[in-house]
Amino acid sequence: MAARLMQGNEACVEGALAAGCRFFAGYPITPSSEIAELLSRRLPQVGGYFIQMEDEIASIAAVIGASVGGVKAMTATSGPGFSLMQENIGYAAMAEIPCVIVNVQRTGPSTGLPTKPAQGDVMQARWGTHGDHPIIVLSPSSVMETFLLTVRAFNLSEKYRSPVILLMDEVVGHMRERVELPPPESLEITNRVAAHVPPEWYFPFEDPSTDVPPLAPFGEGYRYHITGLFHDRAGFPTERVDEIDAWIARAFGRIEQHRQDIISYEEDVPAGSRVLVVAYGATARSARHAVKLARAKRYKVGFLKLETIWPFPEEATERLARQCKRVIVPEMNLGQLALEVERVVGRQKVRRVNLANGEMITPQQILAAIEEK
Amino acid sequence: METNDRYEIRLAGEGGQGLILAGLILAEAAAVYDGKNAVQTQSYGPEARGGASKAEVVISDGVIDYPKVIAADLLLCMSQEACSKYVYGMKKNGILIVDSVHVDRVPTSRAYMIPITKIAEEATGRRITANIVALGLIVGLTGVVSRKAIEAAVRARAPKGTEALNLKALEAGLAEAERIRAEAERGQSVPIRAS
Repeated sequence: MAARLMQGNEACVEGALAAGCRFFAGYPITPSSEIAELLSRRLPQVGGYFIQMEDEIASIAAVIGASVGGVKAMTATSGPGFSLMQENIGYAAMAEIPCVIVNVQRTGPSTGLPTKPAQGDVMQARWGTHGDHPIIVLSPSSVMETFLLTVRAFNLSEKYRSPVILLMDEVVGHMRERVELPPPESLEITNRVAAHVPPEWYFPFEDPSTDVPPLAPFGEGYRYHITGLFHDRAGFPTERVDEIDAWIARAFGRIEQHRQDIISYEEDVPAGSRVLVVAYGATARSARHAVKLARAKRYKVGFLKLETIWPFPEEATERLARQCKRVIVPEMNLGQLALEVERVVGRQKVRRVNLANGEMITPQQILAAIEEK
Repeated sequence: METNDRYEIRLAGEGGQGLILAGLILAEAAAVYDGKNAVQTQSYGPEARGGASKAEVVISDGVIDYPKVIAADLLLCMSQEACSKYVYGMKKNGILIVDSVHVDRVPTSRAYMIPITKIAEEATGRRITANIVALGLIVGLTGVVSRKAIEAAVRARAPKGTEALNLKALEAGLAEAERIRAEAERGQSVPIRAS
């Protein structure tokens, strides 16, 4: 395909459509609005549905409903809307409904700085809904990566029957870059596994052959129950400890046991590196720039760019940090993913670089941290 | 060293002046029509009109990591506030272009003070085309993208039905740049204070 100048939010739309998304329900909010705007035009052209809902609570509810109807579905929002969506994100996690939630982060809390970037929702993306629950969160750092990770978000969502959060930020969402999108036929697209038993044998939450039971769409003769309560294999409420424990083991296990498949990152850590910079999202751009500047000054620096942030890539972080004396974690927040890095490599090794005032962290700020003794 | 191979442009003024569109057009000219790498970012307030607005474009033959301006090679100021705020964030030999219709206090003599909005009004009858006149000036004075590329990008991104109008505005900016260069070659002093 020809080179185009494309915005991050536009790449998210293209990625969603390429992945097979045919339903969007949302409520526009800066800096995510372009996603809704473009999908309102594009979805009807491909036989899909776009609904502007009355608020974000209804938006995620509609997305869950569409997905249970058998359609790949997504919504897009920013901090204030993401807060409103939390309860139903938990519902999707509990009922194991595939869906993609895009959060183009702006500075918070509350309405904060509507047009300025931040990475303040890292912990909210992991723990924003109440109760222990498995979740997958991806965070892109470029327009091209936004396209690819949106496709991946849908694939992982369908494969593991889980809500997946695409955690963007204002810089990446609004940034325009030269991209050449890969031809659609070169993309690997994961579709939902169809129920392989007749309706009377079907259990939506138990399948002896897999830890991800097929989700039969409502309306095709498979009658079952969905609830936010703990439920048995048929979906009906239960308080039986053996059934609850079985759900917990399977629901968490399906993510934990496939960490290798779910986690992606890029490493550039030459042998002999003394300092490791770990970054994600827009900040990874500043970090890579800083690493190049540092190497030009003959500092031995490695770089780990995370694409999956939840589950946290602890194996990669631990392995790459082992040879390094110090690990630098720049983030547009007051230290969120740094907590995970500290957990894995030890607090003494970690140097945080934080900025939460709506400005991007500059390469010079990270370089200064690299140059510290 | 690819991190040094960057041409950094900051277009600053007020919301509603079309600076983000101008940045987009410039980036598209570089990335699509000249085949270079380009990244455009933006920063604006929550207001639809008024309030500070700025677009930044980084152009490079290599990979562009940090997407924002570090120190501008070229700064365009379409408001006094923008000029006062960003004039010190320039490279030593950076080029400063200000719209003298909106900016009267420039803390340096090394500036192109050009009545951009007036030129737009004369060329097209529409003040709103000042952003495209500014693009003509930038391309004419720096050659950061080719003339062909900027024309193609303006044609592609101008709102439907306004292509001819905007190309006229671009032409006016390019002609003004031509005039300034000719004056400079005749040994007349640059900076130029027109208006």
